[in-house]
Amino acid sequence: MPHLWALLDAVKDPEIPVLSLWDIGILKDISQHGQGVTVTITPTYSGCPAMDVIREDITAALLSDGIAQVKVELELTPAWTTDWMTSKGREQLRGYGIAPPDDVVDPMHGHLAHAVELTETTQVRCPHCGSHETRMVSEFSSTACKALFQCNDCSEPFDLFKHI
Amino acid sequence: MTQSTQNTVDSKQDLMNYVVRLGDDSIVLGHRISEWVSEGPFLEEDIALGNVALDYIGRARMFYGYAATLSGDEKTEDDFAFLRDEREFENYLINELPRGDFAYTITRQLLVDLYNKYYLQALTQSTDPTLVAIAQKAVKETTYHCRRSKSWTLRLGDGTEESKRRMQLAIDDIWGYSHELFESDLLEQRLIDAGIAVNCADLKQPWLADVEAIFQQAGLNVPETTWAVRGGRKGYHSEHLGHLLTQMQFVYRSFPGAKW
Repeated sequence: MPHLWALLDAVKDPEIPVLSLWDIGILKDISQHGQGVTVTITPTYSGCPAMDVIREDITAALLSDGIAQVKVELELTPAWTTDWMTSKGREQLRGYGIAPPDDVVDPMHGHLAHAVELTETTQVRCPHCGSHETRMVSEFSSTACKALFQCNDCSEPFDLFKHI
Repeated sequence: MTQSTQNTVDSKQDLMNYVVRLGDDSIVLGHRISEWVSEGPFLEEDIALGNVALDYIGRARMFYGYAATLSGDEKTEDDFAFLRDEREFENYLINELPRGDFAYTITRQLLVDLYNKYYLQALTQSTDPTLVAIAQKAVKETTYHCRRSKSWTLRLGDGTEESKRRMQLAIDDIWGYSHELFESDLLEQRLIDAGIAVNCADLKQPWLADVEAIFQQAGLNVPETTWAVRGGRKGYHSEHLGHLLTQMQFVYRSFPGAKW
């Protein structure tokens, strides 16, 4: 079984190839029965087009490891939340140039927090230079799970992985 | 067939019809919003609209997927989306209205997103566990949709003379389509009695309070007109749905069974 978890840890989110399924928190369960393996995942956003690719990637990874039958099941409940993202995943996001949900500046206290409700004046720590002087460009970015920001100091645009 | 078996069969049929309706609302609106892709007023907004469209289409897939399992035959979600005709769709009419200009799209989104916020919250209390699971998933995304629709309404209503004029025009045009959102037919009444469906009449008051507060802040008026258009839940549609379906269903029907 640990072998299977390690194998699936190599399957990445096709949109954010530094994040493994485990690190995003969508890998729910792996069960083995005879020659077959059933993998249970939970979708991030209901319209996320990456889910179909992820399903195929899981199947391909297990089949190439010699597993005869692979079934990928989708479980809706409990609904996925960014709280299930691992700390390794959050660090990898920063390294990739995406601010994780924890890097939102709390307008009351000035420190970083997550689960802060986004407003037009929300600021986020820039994953490139670390500045808090940033502004939101759009609530939705390249994918539904992210919002687009720009840093006023280094001028670089970047995405925030929104808390949900 | 005994009376009780007959009842079970009927209530399963009721549930399936209800779930398909919810799927119809989502797919028709999702398709409408998707028409903005590559036509948005600027790049970021283009992408935002595309993302919202995907959320609605994803929601439709969950409802249709559930309906497919309830149907008990070999149906798939695609059969519901692509192989039914206009009269078989039972979406509320507000969802099928053309996308109009940007003010029109934002106004419709504001009214529908706020409605969905209350609707999905209520659906999380359903006695049907699959509907609860779908609602719990979708309600989170709706929070983002509502916020975006609200901030655009404020920006356009409180913007230039032209943006305000267009917003008010859109509100006056769409308002008459909002009334049927709060009406249930006999099918839904049976499911409400069973604790499955949402009693949408209950949503009117909180919805209206939200809309009035946002319009007031944006300097826009709630219309005083009383005209109303109804029929979506009966499959009576405006002239617009057929055109939408021809575009949405064309590829699937031209190449049956095609795989990407």
